[in-house]
Amino acid sequence: MPDDKIRVLIAKPGLDGHDRGAKVVARALRDAGMEVIYTGIRQTPEMIAEAALQEDVDVVGLSILSGAHMELFPRVISALREREIAPDEVLLFAGGIIPDADIPQLKEIGFRAIFGPGTSTEDVISFVREWAGARPDGKA
Amino acid sequence: MAADVDALVERLLTGNRRALSRTLTQIEADTPAGRQALSLLHPRSGRAHTVGLTGSAGSGKSTLVGALARELRRRGRTLGIVAIDPTSPFSHGALLGDRIRMQELTSDRDVFLRSMATRGNLGGLAPMTAGVVTALDAFGKDVVLVETVGAGQDEVEVAAMADTTVVVLTPGSGDDVQAMKAGIMEIADVLVVNKSDLPNADLLARQLASIVDAAHSERRTPIIRTASALNEGIEELVEALDEHRAYISTPQVQEAHRRSQARHQVLALARQRLLDRVVAAHREDGRLDELVADVAARRLDPHTAAEALIRE
Repeated sequence: MPDDKIRVLIAKPGLDGHDRGAKVVARALRDAGMEVIYTGIRQTPEMIAEAALQEDVDVVGLSILSGAHMELFPRVISALREREIAPDEVLLFAGGIIPDADIPQLKEIGFRAIFGPGTSTEDVISFVREWAGARPDGKA
Repeated sequence: MAADVDALVERLLTGNRRALSRTLTQIEADTPAGRQALSLLHPRSGRAHTVGLTGSAGSGKSTLVGALARELRRRGRTLGIVAIDPTSPFSHGALLGDRIRMQELTSDRDVFLRSMATRGNLGGLAPMTAGVVTALDAFGKDVVLVETVGAGQDEVEVAAMADTTVVVLTPGSGDDVQAMKAGIMEIADVLVVNKSDLPNADLLARQLASIVDAAHSERRTPIIRTASALNEGIEELVEALDEHRAYISTPQVQEAHRRSQARHQVLALARQRLLDRVVAAHREDGRLDELVADVAARRLDPHTAAEALIRE
């Protein structure tokens, strides 16, 4: 029986070692019926893109608290492009400590949503589901 | 669609990793495209050495797979790794965390690691594991390692799929008794006593040796002591895997081995398809619910209900 699942990569780029937020989101998406690949902390942009390639995920969520997002996020996008994954082929979102002023530029390069502290996991789940349901192949 | 699949498989066979990854998704979802891809890939497979690793949860399988993978890479062999984790029976979601223990392998382009969820399958494997292995094999990987969920019992499915089955045991966890139960000893081509730096490792190794000796089989199952977190015993393990591969490559063994793998795979797929068809047909017309209600209310016995489901 064909079995379609939303596959999500949750990754933590950079050097901060606090992955509680990433784990909370990973568990919430799992409990919502998705398959979540969690890579652990201290991932380079190349490791994240490589995981996205090998796991053929539909969604990539990045969590960052170190403040290096303007440096690291564009590098994740280019590492994905190097592997023939265009930003519109996967749903990119981010969470953590990201100043409002940076959001427009991140959206410009392909991030569809930035979730700040205090976001409910329900919001993240419905955001992912809505996107998955709207895709042409209707995979949900 | 047929032309798309042809093109995708073509790109896979020229070494395109994105094409490989997309093909694996189709195979895993058991779509018509996935089935067509498999029919093209099957004739191109059969070269890789497929190694299944099983053992109870906490026996250190992931760490062992990581250490084994590094040693195989050191010897210049290219690798596919299939890491299986359980699907939650409640949410049907899964958290796949095997990449965490294989960090340094993830930037090596000659290693392709794919995580799979069991999606309701029992027996330690995901339903389409064999198909995913076939694709990695046809892609040209020298070795494909399959790490099971690891209940530690009754994982004959792994043995039916892999060329070489490694059973991982640990000292002091009651594994010696588990090992004597039917099933796990019969499927082991190589036995590993992992965490062998722990007390009682000698005792477990001796107990296993006495079980192996009592079996009087044609080939004596080797017992390898490893401490994978300390990277000990890994070279010996690779040598044991190579020895087993040489053993099953002798003409008389190979023919029987391949046939038994093929038989298992065909029957497992046929069983699944028949069940899917029966369930799909009677879920729509409501007959399944009716029969279930009758059995629950003791108006009908389950055997008669199952028979009715198949016949109608």
